[in-house]
Amino acid sequence: MKYVDEYRSAPLVKGVIQEIRRTVTRPWTLMEICGGQTHAIVRHGIDQLLPPEIELVHGPGCPVCVTPLELIDKALEIASQPDVMFCSYGEMLRVPGSGRDLFSVKAQGGDVRVVYSPLDAVALAEKNPGKEVVFFAIGFETTAPPNVMSVLHAQRLGLTNYSVLVSHVCVPPAIRAILSSPDHRVQSFLLAGHVNAVMGYHEYSSLLDEFHIPMVVTGFEPLDIVQGILKAVQLLEAGKIEIANAYSRAVTFDGLRPAQDSIHQVFMECDRTWRGIGVIPMSGWCLRPEFDRFNAEKRFDVGTIKTQESSLCIAGQILQGLKKPHDCPAFGVECMPESPLGATMVSSEGACAAYYKYKR
Amino acid sequence: MCLGVPGKIVEKYEKGGLQMAKVDFGGVFREACLAYVPEANVGEYCIIHVGFAISLLSESEANETLDLLKQIGTFEEEIGQG
Repeated sequence: MKYVDEYRSAPLVKGVIQEIRRTVTRPWTLMEICGGQTHAIVRHGIDQLLPPEIELVHGPGCPVCVTPLELIDKALEIASQPDVMFCSYGEMLRVPGSGRDLFSVKAQGGDVRVVYSPLDAVALAEKNPGKEVVFFAIGFETTAPPNVMSVLHAQRLGLTNYSVLVSHVCVPPAIRAILSSPDHRVQSFLLAGHVNAVMGYHEYSSLLDEFHIPMVVTGFEPLDIVQGILKAVQLLEAGKIEIANAYSRAVTFDGLRPAQDSIHQVFMECDRTWRGIGVIPMSGWCLRPEFDRFNAEKRFDVGTIKTQESSLCIAGQILQGLKKPHDCPAFGVECMPESPLGATMVSSEGACAAYYKYKR
Repeated sequence: MCLGVPGKIVEKYEKGGLQMAKVDFGGVFREACLAYVPEANVGEYCIIHVGFAISLLSESEANETLDLLKQIGTFEEEIGQG
């Protein structure tokens, strides 16, 4: 298929890897932000084909992984209520809350639905006026335009039984948090191309000024990833501090303006807790007060939630690139995809799930 | 979750006040919302994420990049043969 097959061409990928070998003269540590990229890297064995000087560490770009435990527990409480139809992206169903997950709520009779698009949740609200339809609106910038459109569309339709439980986070504050940590080892970032498709990459200039490291907008196919790595190595070797775009077929400097306008119409910046990492100031989005009637946290009183995280799980350190899944004593022992201790073992973007699935 | 898949717009239509499209993912057809990329035409490719087009793919940019990367590959072959 066009825009897929040519980016999986083994000879082209091999050529770019050879060019990386020719370019590199010393060790460099790169972080790929997005968990989708982590999975592609491990699945295609890109990490094993790179010269030994280049180490890839895996970033926090896994929305399912960083959604805070308190919000998962809130979702579980809301989904357990009668007359609630709780809609979610499929990935969230097995994410462990404090002792249970959405699957177990469903097994106990809760009406939990997996939807492909947030508009499917709006359609369910339209068809079921007697039900409270709640959509678990999680994600990074990429998923914000679809999620906010569901609110705008529900508003346009005059629905009074649709609300969203919002857990939205953004990449630039996470990069700032990682680079502000005294233990960080990251010398360049491969940016999450689809986040940049929406947001562009103008907002990263201030990070360059602040931390003096190069970044490369990178796509998701094997050829995109090795091209991103090559560009990062070229910038590092030349001592250049700039943002390069190695995903130019999908990403422009300005991004998708109509989507950015809708995001800012519905959301405003707020502090967010990142699971395993902690609070990062102004690192996410929440609903503006004028959309309170679509805010599930305001519509449902779930009382005080007492969270309990696994004491063994080191997902937070993995998400910051400080440790790798192998460093966790529970990896593949107490913690497996069918019985995960942390969200990084569940998601198709979680680093632990990638290492487990592809036997690293 | 940030995974997006390229798909070809095969039909554009309006549904419930939203600009929608029928999208071909290599023989599998799904509906997607074009609200953010209304300029996408039938025959063009978009990145589709959770049922929404989030980018109209640029064929010229794609070709330019591929040509550049093919040159790296060719250079490699020449070195190999030399």
